[in-house]
Amino acid sequence: MKNFDNLFAAWMAVWAVFFLYEIFVSSRLARLRKDLDRLKEQLRQK
Amino acid sequence: MKRALASAFIVAVLIGLAGYAALFIAPDERTMHEIQRIFYFHLACWIAMFSAFSLVFIANIAYLATRQPQWDWLGVAGAEVGVVCCTGGLITGPLWAHPVWGIWWTWDARLTTTFILWLLYISYLLLRGLLEEPQRRAALSAVFGIFAFLDVPMVYMSNRLWRTQHPQPVILGGSGSGLDPTMGKVLLLCVVALLGVMILVLVDRYRLERLRHEFEELRQEVESRRVESQSTFREGRT
Repeated sequence: MKNFDNLFAAWMAVWAVFFLYEIFVSSRLARLRKDLDRLKEQLRQK
Repeated sequence: MKRALASAFIVAVLIGLAGYAALFIAPDERTMHEIQRIFYFHLACWIAMFSAFSLVFIANIAYLATRQPQWDWLGVAGAEVGVVCCTGGLITGPLWAHPVWGIWWTWDARLTTTFILWLLYISYLLLRGLLEEPQRRAALSAVFGIFAFLDVPMVYMSNRLWRTQHPQPVILGGSGSGLDPTMGKVLLLCVVALLGVMILVLVDRYRLERLRHEFEELRQEVESRRVESQSTFREGRT
């Protein structure tokens, strides 16, 4: 298949961009949830 | 949780089907042959981007009208996801252009206005990072977002108004434009798959913004209780 490299790269690039972004958002969400739980715990103790 | 897993599964199946259809079911284009198949992901990226930026525009207007923070969260979530879609389009474009035009990039009207659009929404996100006070940040970024959206119709119209290296539109491009019916169906499937991904990511990003708001409120409450307890302690000593 002619130009298969470009076709494959384009296909991979689109999903990689979304996949990496989703990982980035999910990790930020997980970190924030942990911080939020810590704050709630602090409030309960006071 | 179950609903999120079910929607992620449906979108994953759609991605698989869209990939299979674009690579194996869609007919070969007469002049460009296989490389033209990039079109299915390339155009889908732009449609997802236009949808995301339109959502930002609506959210920005709604925020200025109501001052409800939810609209601000939707605005920033849409802008970030729109930038991701735009990045996808800007990567696939040159990968398609190089074997067909012999160049990766040219500063024609379509490509330039699109690049400016990408920069505008990146500036929108950077601007938010520079402003501390939440209401001021939301109001200023809403105004900037409305201004940035002015470039969206320019991108859409650029290859209709000017002669560009970028091809003339194949959909809604007047007489002589149009797609083979099988190509149209494959394109529709790819657009649905990409919009599905976009919505999934957007929901997560919106959730993140909502949690940030909740975190900020709690942090302020902890801080005020700390100050309160310190002043009570001082009063007790005197």
